[in-house]
Amino acid sequence: MTAPATDLKTTPLNALHLELGARMVPFAGYSMPVQYPAGLMSEHRHTRTAAGLFDVSHMGQLRLTGADAAAAFETLIPVDVIGLSVGKQRYGLLLNDEGGILDDLMFFKESDDSLFVIVNGACKVADIAHITARIGQRCTVQPLPDRALLALQGPQAATVMARLAPGIEQLVFMTGGNFAVAGADCFVTRSGYTGEDGFEISVPASEAEALARALLAQPEVAPIGLGARNSLRLEAGLCLYGNDLDTSTTPSEAGLNWAIQKVRRTGGARAGGFPGAEKVLAQIDDPTLLKRKRVGLIATERVPVREPAVLENMDGQQVGQVTSGLLSPTLNQPIAMAYVSPDYAAPGTELFAMVRGKPVPMQVGAMPFVPAHYFRG
Amino acid sequence: MTVKYSRDHEWVDISNHEAATVGITLHAQDALGDVVFVDLPEVGATFAQGEVAGVVESVKAAADVYMPVAGEVVEVNEALRADPSLANTDPLGTGWFFRVRVSDLTQFDALMDEPGYAEFAKGA
Repeated sequence: MTAPATDLKTTPLNALHLELGARMVPFAGYSMPVQYPAGLMSEHRHTRTAAGLFDVSHMGQLRLTGADAAAAFETLIPVDVIGLSVGKQRYGLLLNDEGGILDDLMFFKESDDSLFVIVNGACKVADIAHITARIGQRCTVQPLPDRALLALQGPQAATVMARLAPGIEQLVFMTGGNFAVAGADCFVTRSGYTGEDGFEISVPASEAEALARALLAQPEVAPIGLGARNSLRLEAGLCLYGNDLDTSTTPSEAGLNWAIQKVRRTGGARAGGFPGAEKVLAQIDDPTLLKRKRVGLIATERVPVREPAVLENMDGQQVGQVTSGLLSPTLNQPIAMAYVSPDYAAPGTELFAMVRGKPVPMQVGAMPFVPAHYFRG
Repeated sequence: MTVKYSRDHEWVDISNHEAATVGITLHAQDALGDVVFVDLPEVGATFAQGEVAGVVESVKAAADVYMPVAGEVVEVNEALRADPSLANTDPLGTGWFFRVRVSDLTQFDALMDEPGYAEFAKGA
């Protein structure tokens, strides 16, 4: 094994990962656990059947505060921020002036003048610079580098959390609040990146290891690495920034129109007013403008299809490309996300993924590949 | 000694050089993680030393399997094709990949012995 590069950052759980026997890999500038001794398949199944603990402390946490914070944030994302109720969380897309996606993120309304934002680790430095440059005059942009982020995901996550923080089980999907979890002062939302019920827990870095140990001491809980995190999110049909979304992708191409509420669309009370609005709204109003669409693909043969496999039609013409693909541990079939020409985006369309020069037949299918189990109360 | 190791983390057992057995090492399967797919060569195909003769994939990664010694493939492990996890559970036994009629025994002689490979894998 090669020695870790010295310029890699570590999370507050680094010593615990090593103690647990994790295989560490560089990811988003951090040394992160890709798998523990149980292995990816076992970790994946554990999360689908019990409760998995993820260290996602590489992600960026920040707070936007001030009376104008919500209105200011609306100038950066095509999402209803002003109308979101206090105590609720929403998915958002940071756009560039061409309507391309700079990052995808989650934000939570702590109060009428405070938003808690979580962005991708690989994008956080650029995101914070962008947000500060664009709206730093209108609200306070406060990065929170002294906080760790844990996720507890799976059908038994709520049972575990209720044991360590009685009452927390009353949260529903995409809501949150402040809780003492096993004695640690945490900000918790009921959300995640696996398709399962679960919680994301922001905790001061100094308390993170004690909290992780308290969670791992519960019989339902096992540590889960980035490898299973990727297979879980792909089964759930959730995009990975850098693979399935990037600055060349617009929300409509990515199939994320659902994230743009009516109030920000053409005819809405606060229509437009975000970067790239003209292009983004035109693509919603007239889908024939789209040159490609994100789709889910499922193969019948058991040959794994990975990014960046080219997709061909029956005539051998290239009509798209895979952006994420792997053998689904739950379905035991290859699954993938891809961008294809709109003519080939209808469910049931037969395409061929080129793997080592050989065509692997795949069919456009609905996502999520594995049904979600969010707790909506 | 009938088993030797390549720098590409394959082992070759030459106890029968008309049908030397090739597989991946313990180290290789550990680095890959749970193996979910193998692509095996055609029986009758011939390969030069170092040519790609197959593929082994886990959920997170795909790796080529290189021919450790030149020769003709005389048999492939259909049980492994049906249950790729044999490459994890028994990589040196029932998880073998294919058998090859070795065309040049000196290529085998030049491979690493077990202590040599153990030292090599430590630095890999």
